Amino acid sequence: MSTVAPTQRIESRWTRAWSGRRRWPLVSVVGATIAGALVLLPLAFLVVEAQASGWGEAERLLLRHTTAVLLWNTVRLAVACAALCAILGVGAAWLIERTTIPLRRFWAVALVLPLGIPDFVVGFGWVSLDRGLHGFPAALLIMTLSLYPLVYLPVTAGLANVDAGLEESARNLGLGSWATFWKVTLRQIRPAVLGGCLLVTLGLLAEYGAFEIAQYRTFTVEIFTEFKLGFDTSAAAVLSLVLVLLSVAVLAGEAALGGGRRGWLAGPGARRPAPRVPLGRGRAIGALAALAALCGLALGVPVGSLVYWVIRGGSTTLPSASILGALAHTAEFSAAAAALATALAVPVVTLAVRHRNRFTLVLERLAYLPMALPGLVIAIGLVSFSVRYAVALYQSAFELVLAYAILFLPLAVVAVRSAMVHAPPRLEEVARSLGCSPAGAWRRVTLPMIAPGLWAAFALVFISAATELTATLLLHPTGVNTLATQFWAYTTEFSYGAAAPYAGMMVAISAVPAYLLSRRMTGLAARETP
Amino acid sequence: MSRLEVTDLHKGYGGRPVLGGVDLEVPAGSLTSVLGLSGCGKTTLLRVIAGFERAEQGRVSLGGSTLEDGRTSVPPEKRGVGYVPQEGALFPHLSVAENVGFGLSRRERRGTAVEELLEMVGIAGLAGRLPHQLSGGEQQRVALARALARRPQALLLDEPFSSLDATLRSRVREEVHGLLREQGVTTVLVTHDQEEALSLADTVAVLRDGRIVQQGSPAELYEQPTDAALAGFLGEVNLVAADFRGGRALTPLGALALRDGSGAPSSGRGVVMVRPEQLDVRPLLDGGNGSAGEGALGGRVQQCRYYGHDALLEIRPDDPDDGELLLARVLGEQALPSGTAVTVAARGPVSAV
Repeated sequence: MSTVAPTQRIESRWTRAWSGRRRWPLVSVVGATIAGALVLLPLAFLVVEAQASGWGEAERLLLRHTTAVLLWNTVRLAVACAALCAILGVGAAWLIERTTIPLRRFWAVALVLPLGIPDFVVGFGWVSLDRGLHGFPAALLIMTLSLYPLVYLPVTAGLANVDAGLEESARNLGLGSWATFWKVTLRQIRPAVLGGCLLVTLGLLAEYGAFEIAQYRTFTVEIFTEFKLGFDTSAAAVLSLVLVLLSVAVLAGEAALGGGRRGWLAGPGARRPAPRVPLGRGRAIGALAALAALCGLALGVPVGSLVYWVIRGGSTTLPSASILGALAHTAEFSAAAAALATALAVPVVTLAVRHRNRFTLVLERLAYLPMALPGLVIAIGLVSFSVRYAVALYQSAFELVLAYAILFLPLAVVAVRSAMVHAPPRLEEVARSLGCSPAGAWRRVTLPMIAPGLWAAFALVFISAATELTATLLLHPTGVNTLATQFWAYTTEFSYGAAAPYAGMMVAISAVPAYLLSRRMTGLAARETP
Repeated sequence: MSRLEVTDLHKGYGGRPVLGGVDLEVPAGSLTSVLGLSGCGKTTLLRVIAGFERAEQGRVSLGGSTLEDGRTSVPPEKRGVGYVPQEGALFPHLSVAENVGFGLSRRERRGTAVEELLEMVGIAGLAGRLPHQLSGGEQQRVALARALARRPQALLLDEPFSSLDATLRSRVREEVHGLLREQGVTTVLVTHDQEEALSLADTVAVLRDGRIVQQGSPAELYEQPTDAALAGFLGEVNLVAADFRGGRALTPLGALALRDGSGAPSSGRGVVMVRPEQLDVRPLLDGGNGSAGEGALGGRVQQCRYYGHDALLEIRPDDPDDGELLLARVLGEQALPSGTAVTVAARGPVSAV
């Protein structure tokens, strides 16, 4: 008996969801289902492709010595880099948010800007200056300097939100300042640190360009090589599945450590920003030197290197027709992908926010799935699909746009969601009672209200697509070059001077939003301090 | 002006019934208030009438035409039913004038209609403001003007004053009341505030557990509620044991006349309801245990809850057989300190429960 009852309850919930008593917006259901199917498509074909190779072949691939080396390389880099990013991110965030460090506003912006430089450009910046730099140390250096802002940003927000009352209570209960930091403050920002480390690790697993430049072999690099140079789709698919499993394991690990939990608040409205720790003269100088070193390495070296190569490469080649053509293609593909991803995100979010049930929850989770899918994996899945069932799609501009849209769908969903929760369905109902049709009510009320979120989604996806390298290398239409592919072509033939302007262009495209983001963060923090 | 009729309305969410056969009649041009505790289905009832939710069973009709029955449902935009949700729900991206003109055609918006509406609700100077720049009372007025702009046949107000603070509430309430009278629009107002329901409405319908348990004029409800729980919901009440004899109720508080149709048996024992303001309280001058006199009960003030305009006295009868605590309402200036010895008598008529 007891085993039967729960099943029945689930069934009746499903049937209720579909019975239409709460009218489901058909457009949203169709749109969100398409989005979910698109996300699953590359994954499904990865499985198909891997199966085609047969168990024996898969076993041979996975049990060879190389696999162990790749696994070791990937895991040790992920652990070391996440740990370093956590230390740098928390340390910098604490200095900025909780001490009286001089030039706070300036540092707050400078510390985020490395996010605007694609990882492979950072790699290019370092390695082009010193060709002797390679292997694990090079990979760790490049990735840590590129990715630490992913920890710094959420921790800054977390520290700004820690209630002063909690720390004061701890001190009042007899804990010293260090003990308070360990037992209270760090507990409060733990979800932010873990969330940041999760993003760092997922970024590492997906990275190709920087490791290729640093001559460091991880799973992604190996898959790319197998696929692009060895033309071995099945082997690439098998290894890709291992990579997906690694990503899923990282996600599960973060969840198990309690990363999804938010900080607890004592009560509503009782929050007060914590006071800043005054730094003495000596400590302030030490802190300034540390921040200057970090920003110099993360920002100064790559940018300086680009400038150096642009100048050395000669300004005559700079505004050539090919760079403008590449820029136009990049803008075209990125804009199309941004529009598509935003359009797919709207129905997913509409259902998830306004019609919450099991089915819509699954659709929303699916939309977040590409976070764990490296661009390379999505590209291989799409190639596999198009080769088998839609040859016209193979190496078409549309396939590249589709890959971008799937890859960056999570960004669009996050941006649209944050806007949608502020557009209650009740307002659409009021509009209906004032004579609007359902579509009219959406257009006149909900659309204007979520417009900022739609623009944010568009901008985020556009920037990410414009600076994407791995999937672009695999999917770009033959003979059509983007900024990323042209940069890569020059870099691999060591024409650093020719490559630099392309990298500079990509940095310019993505630095602006990184700057705006940091401005917003510091703006928020500044308002909270008296 | 149209009469709104709801017949045997059923509605549930996820297998949990919310409305279990609601019957409600709103006479044309009247203001009917639906009174109930939170969670009793008030808002659901309004949402079905407005057309945002489908009923499972039952009928809604307005001015003789059917809006909703088991088979058909007129979409919300074609019902001619105005809706003012809780806290106004103004469109935050539109100015006051744009909010009010939302339901009007482009031509109507260009005319003087919006101006006239704003003037009608007394906020003519605020046309260019955005909703977040308005006070709670102003937001309510905009929401009302917006709903009235399309000259709806019926108007639904969902707890329209609950978000306002106490002093503002009574003022806005009075103004809205006057305005609705003037417009003569058939109005349903749902509220959990019995004072609001009694003071504003022509008719009050009490919704409990998804059904209307009583509908009538405010005085009918207050004086002759169908049961003790409803009596207590509408205000403080003393339940007093009585002997019914010869059309009167003999109680420790005196022999009290019975209301017509109060449902009391012609003889036997029972319980009557005595409102606190039906009790006369007199202090005993010598402060001792003097005789209470004919038809009155001796007691002592145990506690005095002082409200300014009036005071509520908790009085413990000297003789425990006369019952537990009695509540008596006296004018503020007649409040008595606790410990005062008093005599208490009741004024009829009363109703049995």
